[in-house]
Amino acid sequence: MSLFSFWKKEENLFDENITIEETRFVVLDTETTGFDYDSDRILCIGALVLQNGIISIQNSFEVYLEQDHYDKSTAQIHGILKAFVIQRPSELEALQQFLAFLGDSVIIAHHTVFDITMINKALERNGLPELTNQRLDTAILYKKTLIKSHLFERKDHYTLDDLADKFDISKKDRHTALGDAYITAIAFLKIVSKLKEKKQINLNALFK
Amino acid sequence: MKNTISHRVADFLKDFPPFSFLHQKDLEKLSEQISIVYKDKDAVIFAENDKTHDSFYVVHKGAVALKKNQKNNVLDMCDEGDIFGLRPLLAQENYIMEAVAYEESILYAIPIAVFKPYALENRTVGNFLIESYASNTRNPYSDIHKDKLYGDDLVHEHLHSNRDSFDLQPIKYSKKIVTCSPSATAKDIAKIMNKNKVGAILIVDEMLPIGIITDKDLRNKIVTGDFSILTTAETIMTKPVITYPKKMTVTEAQMAMMKSNISYLCLTKDGTINTKAVGILSKHDVMVALGNNPAVLIKALKRAKKPKEIKPIRARIMQLLQGYLDQNIPMTLISKIITELNEACTTRVIEICLGKMSSPPPVKFAWLALGSQGRSEQMLHTDQDNAIVYENVSDVFREETKVYFSKFASLVNKGLFDIGYDYCPAEMMASNPKWCMSLDEWKSKVHHWITNPGKNEVLLSFIFFDYSVTYGDTEITNQLSDYIFENVKANPIFYVHLVSGALQSPSPTGFFRQFLVEQDGANKDHFDIKRRALMPLTDAARVLILSHSVKGISNTAERFEKLAELEPNNRELYFSCSYSFKALLKFRTKQGLLHNDSGQFIALESLSKMEKIKLKRTFKTIKELQELISVRFNISNVV
Repeated sequence: MSLFSFWKKEENLFDENITIEETRFVVLDTETTGFDYDSDRILCIGALVLQNGIISIQNSFEVYLEQDHYDKSTAQIHGILKAFVIQRPSELEALQQFLAFLGDSVIIAHHTVFDITMINKALERNGLPELTNQRLDTAILYKKTLIKSHLFERKDHYTLDDLADKFDISKKDRHTALGDAYITAIAFLKIVSKLKEKKQINLNALFK
Repeated sequence: MKNTISHRVADFLKDFPPFSFLHQKDLEKLSEQISIVYKDKDAVIFAENDKTHDSFYVVHKGAVALKKNQKNNVLDMCDEGDIFGLRPLLAQENYIMEAVAYEESILYAIPIAVFKPYALENRTVGNFLIESYASNTRNPYSDIHKDKLYGDDLVHEHLHSNRDSFDLQPIKYSKKIVTCSPSATAKDIAKIMNKNKVGAILIVDEMLPIGIITDKDLRNKIVTGDFSILTTAETIMTKPVITYPKKMTVTEAQMAMMKSNISYLCLTKDGTINTKAVGILSKHDVMVALGNNPAVLIKALKRAKKPKEIKPIRARIMQLLQGYLDQNIPMTLISKIITELNEACTTRVIEICLGKMSSPPPVKFAWLALGSQGRSEQMLHTDQDNAIVYENVSDVFREETKVYFSKFASLVNKGLFDIGYDYCPAEMMASNPKWCMSLDEWKSKVHHWITNPGKNEVLLSFIFFDYSVTYGDTEITNQLSDYIFENVKANPIFYVHLVSGALQSPSPTGFFRQFLVEQDGANKDHFDIKRRALMPLTDAARVLILSHSVKGISNTAERFEKLAELEPNNRELYFSCSYSFKALLKFRTKQGLLHNDSGQFIALESLSKMEKIKLKRTFKTIKELQELISVRFNISNVV
């Protein structure tokens, strides 16, 4: 990418005319072996494309990664995972597939920092550059829908479960990467709809 | 590429025809090609004469209204599992109806190209579709929408024709038949009827109905002492049973009951007593079919076993409200009836939730409605505002009790959400531990508000002081009310803060006698009737009534009427306030029903000249009232 087009992209971001409907969002979630950025690994990435309020199932992404870190003997016990063992791509392959799927879309996740740091660490291990995509965090966006007043104590952290409860989204596939991505996507749509009730908003407003 | 979401979709579709006829494998394959579409309330999915999309739709969540032409007549309402927009795709013509999201909805868009082979290959699927079209319904199992889906004969359609044809519709009867053998005793029978909450029991011999015993039989034969309670069913039953075939219209059922002067009909396979009973039809069922009236709705509520079953009842309450407004029935009466019904819905949810708890409540408690619900001024669906107060408990049980009530409150809040009350964005709900406390905890909180009246405390007490008991023990809340009055009396400075709070809602008329309309946001150029007209009246009424230490009246209009009685010199003004309030509330309710929202924002250009004049007249009253309280409580010294 030339320097010029890089700046052009930045400019675009502040173009008031970009609507939320036009934007290609990739909603993602990762399942990991734990919460340590250095020692833990990604087990699965689930992601889906959200554009103009539509999620196309065909166009969704779910990959289970091959893991040295992961104990294969326990995987064999689960049975379900056994099949995956053979099919699983390597971390590098999985990341490449994911980057191709992601493109330059705006990333949406619940607690984005965690998922993106995990992915960036993996990218770094494989000698790839970090993600530069714009990102939106539903955990933060949700707070914008609540009444702003020091009258009411708001929680510091709203979990994905909290959002699913508040918005009446089924938690059936909770804790699978793609299932969580789906819940996040629906929650995002509902948040935008709530925010629109108060004010006309465009894409840029979500980043503020 | 099978994945988690396609699984989820397949799992949903498998319960609804025609997808229920597909093989699991095919259904999974189909689900992989589906798109999930999110639509805001009022968003158009397709418009009349639009070119057809590539896909037809299944409602996953929410509701979609199918409408035709300018009159905005809703021809059909699709909810979870219903298909729409399929026929034009198969017939290859443009849409002849408009589909609009009636609620916020999630739809599954199924590409016709993918679905068609299944429809052609699988005979049951094909038959379902053919039958749907032949019977002109979206779903052959529902006859209610007959003749409607194609939009034929629409020219003749108006409100009355709708009602006329209604009487000819097949009646819904209860398929749950309670039976006993001829040898059962009257005592047993009463127990069975009680347990099943039915008013009639069918006596069967070798599967065939031979007699019926109703509440009336028990009253006339047993309670009078004519027969002992150990008498067998055979002796006291009414026989033979009046039987009819199950395909009966509402009118036929009514006629049958009138003819034989009975309240229950037994429906059998072929309509004679020689075949198995398939259902029981009561006078109540006929009444329900005939339409909405408060008594019928209350009965239907009592029978609801899940919050989900209450939602359609609430929809009927709204229809009733619309009917009352159309007939121009006095607002006082309307608001009493509707409030009563809304409260009954909440009460039923509470009862259901109590049943779900593993044990009865450890101590007495009261479920409080706050804000507009508490003032009995809520007609339309709005957010929840509620709280729990329970008896004081010793330290040992404190934690346990708290846990119990907060769990219970979460159930009720979810239940209320399910019947159409949104969650309160400010978390002012009983499931929030700050709004679910023991009497002593409440007292100390109220004391804090009154003795430290900052802006927030005043706002909170505004919402809280208008409480009313929806369910539970009134003794506890009485104690709380007394406590509030004592405290307010002891802290007169509190009034000043209340008044300054009450004067914060800006008066509706600006300098040039123009309406003050909203300056920005989605409601630009709309008049906020709640904040600019209703709230100033409500807030002032609260302050004034509190200063007279009157408890037990929380309705704003009633408060003004009481004030007129207490202060004869301001009689005129208070009466005019009461009148204005009712007029404004009616305004808001009508607007809300018109736009299927809370009615808070009114587009001024949509009002007639007459309506504008009426509105302006109420503004004059509001201004006078605001002057009165600001002088009385000497507000200028504070603000």
